[in-house]
Amino acid sequence: MSAAELATSPAARPLRHRPLRHRPLRHRPLRHVSTRFLRSELRLIFGRRRNQAGLGVLAVVPLILAITVTVSTPRPGHGPDFLASITSNGLFVALSSLSIELTLFLPLAVGTIAGDSIAGEANIGTLRYLLAVPVHRTRLLAVKFAAITIFSLVATLWVSLVGVAAGLALFGGGEMTMLSGGQIGMGPAVLRVVMATVYLGLCFASLGAIGLFISTLTEQPIGATIAVVILNVMSFILDSIPQLSWLHEWLPTHWWMAFGDFFRDPVAWDGLIRGLLTAAGYALVFWLAAWARFSDKDVTG
Amino acid sequence: MSEGDEFAVATAGLTKRFSAQVAVNAIDLLVPRGSVYGFLGPNGSGKTTTIRMLLGLIRPTSGHHRLLGKAMPHNSGQVLPLVGSLVEGPAFHPYLTARANLQRLDSVDRHADPRTTKARVDGALDRVGLLAAADKKYRAYSLGMRQRLAIAGTLLAPRELLVLDEPTNGLDPQGTREVRHLIGSLADDGATVLVSSHLLSEVEQVCTHIGVMHVGRLLTQGPIAEVRAVSEPRARVETDRPADAATVLRALGLTDIAIESGVVVGTLGALVPDKIVAALVHAGVPVTGFAVTQPSLEDLFVSLTGEGFNVSG
Ligand SMILES: Nc1ncnc2c1ncn2[C@@H]1O[C@H](COP(=O)(O)OP(=O)(O)OP(=O)(O)O)[C@@H](O)[C@H]1O
Ligand SMILES: [Mg+2]
Repeated sequence: MSAAELATSPAARPLRHRPLRHRPLRHRPLRHVSTRFLRSELRLIFGRRRNQAGLGVLAVVPLILAITVTVSTPRPGHGPDFLASITSNGLFVALSSLSIELTLFLPLAVGTIAGDSIAGEANIGTLRYLLAVPVHRTRLLAVKFAAITIFSLVATLWVSLVGVAAGLALFGGGEMTMLSGGQIGMGPAVLRVVMATVYLGLCFASLGAIGLFISTLTEQPIGATIAVVILNVMSFILDSIPQLSWLHEWLPTHWWMAFGDFFRDPVAWDGLIRGLLTAAGYALVFWLAAWARFSDKDVTG
Repeated sequence: MSEGDEFAVATAGLTKRFSAQVAVNAIDLLVPRGSVYGFLGPNGSGKTTTIRMLLGLIRPTSGHHRLLGKAMPHNSGQVLPLVGSLVEGPAFHPYLTARANLQRLDSVDRHADPRTTKARVDGALDRVGLLAAADKKYRAYSLGMRQRLAIAGTLLAPRELLVLDEPTNGLDPQGTREVRHLIGSLADDGATVLVSSHLLSEVEQVCTHIGVMHVGRLLTQGPIAEVRAVSEPRARVETDRPADAATVLRALGLTDIAIESGVVVGTLGALVPDKIVAALVHAGVPVTGFAVTQPSLEDLFVSLTGEGFNVSG
């Protein structure tokens, strides 16, 4: 039946062809800048029981560390660099915890949030309703990545915070002896802990970008999370194989340990800057890959 | 009047091919503004796939479409805020309350005014009868409550078009009736409603237009009376001499005559029904009952899409 036929044919009942009472969009102007979506995203992430439990687990490491060290002081030369110094300054609890958790726990936490980002919404079907609101797909990916980045910063800061609190409570603060030998005051030391934490948080966020990309490939959030963790572990393994030394500096995790360079006098910026550039590179490439994949993907879930 | 003013939904050759099959095959769906359009079709006939294409969730293999007069998906940023949609059942975050879920939907809408969110969310919940259960976790919702919540989601903002994929699925009789009233009142407000459904009696009660899908094709569409007119009324004669009655009916020009025990049925065509009884009596055939029946929408539906129960692969 053609349009013309349809239009001229008599209807069974007269069409209720009245003008709209309201002219909706005139009353609903577009807000060009709105942080509501991002705030809603953060409420979802931090309000979720599972994620709160995850943050709880992240806090266990500094607590265990602080308590066990009080019970038996580690002999020098064992464990991570910072561990031996813990009793001299409580801030080292935070740094030791970070170096322990950066291999698996923190990447797992960020991988969980990143894996959930798109695949989680696709899995329960809310993705189609977000897109129908409408949320532009580019905006969705931007907000999701912003939320992942904020989560990685918060999770890393959280580990540091618990570490600093436990460390200061059990071992006290004061002058900090640097890895390079010299000493700095408590104020500058805290500042360097914060900078090291933010540095690591940004590194994890770049892993989160890889997770965001993987999350656009599947409707199984757990699968995406596992993939992120596997990539993370692979990167550490490859980084430890000497024959692959040409590859090492390109690995996403290679520069993470450079956060210790904040505790040299002066700060050894070279590795840190390489680390930030690598993180930015991975974040950009994988965010764009996520966009290329997702921007015209069929949402059938 | 341009085409854009006339049709809330207009598709041209809209086609979706999945790897294995053509789910929607070159349909020209035309939903006039102000109509309540019943989108019918057996399971797997392509209704949801069509709706997904309309909303830009999936990309058509070929063809194009306009919503509210604007080309899609190019103008989805302008058009979709005016479209409320329900696609293949409800979907919400299970660990959030109903209210928090609607607030979440509202917070991603850049046209929504945050100052009125609370009032609009409560208004929508009230309209679907969920206000008392607003602070229950979605996980704890029953099927019908979930469906109602999804409908509430479409009511968060004033809409010009509602696309409702099986809105009464899982609802109790009260809920079903409420949805019917809701559709009626939305249409009274001037909105166009495209509603897919299997409940033919529902459709008959609320729709001004229907379209029937079958194996990816739109078999027929138009104003409901016009579509029904395709299937002509049939005369039904109850008698204890069916064979003789059949002879009389055939002589009068009725077609498709079927004889069952004590009943003869035939398609009237242009014949005036009054003549039949007179002719039967004149021929001495005793008539114990006589009726002219318009086939139900269900009969029409089955005659268009076939008797078979099996889903077309
Ligand atoms: N993502 C997909 N991949 C492959 N085939 C699909 C996909 N989605 C739908 N189909 C197929 O397309 C056809 C139409 O499906 P659709 O969901 O549009 O039917 P429907 O008319 O909504 O059915 P129902 O009344 O059961 O909801 C079906 O045969 C289905 O198997
Ligand atoms: Mg369907």
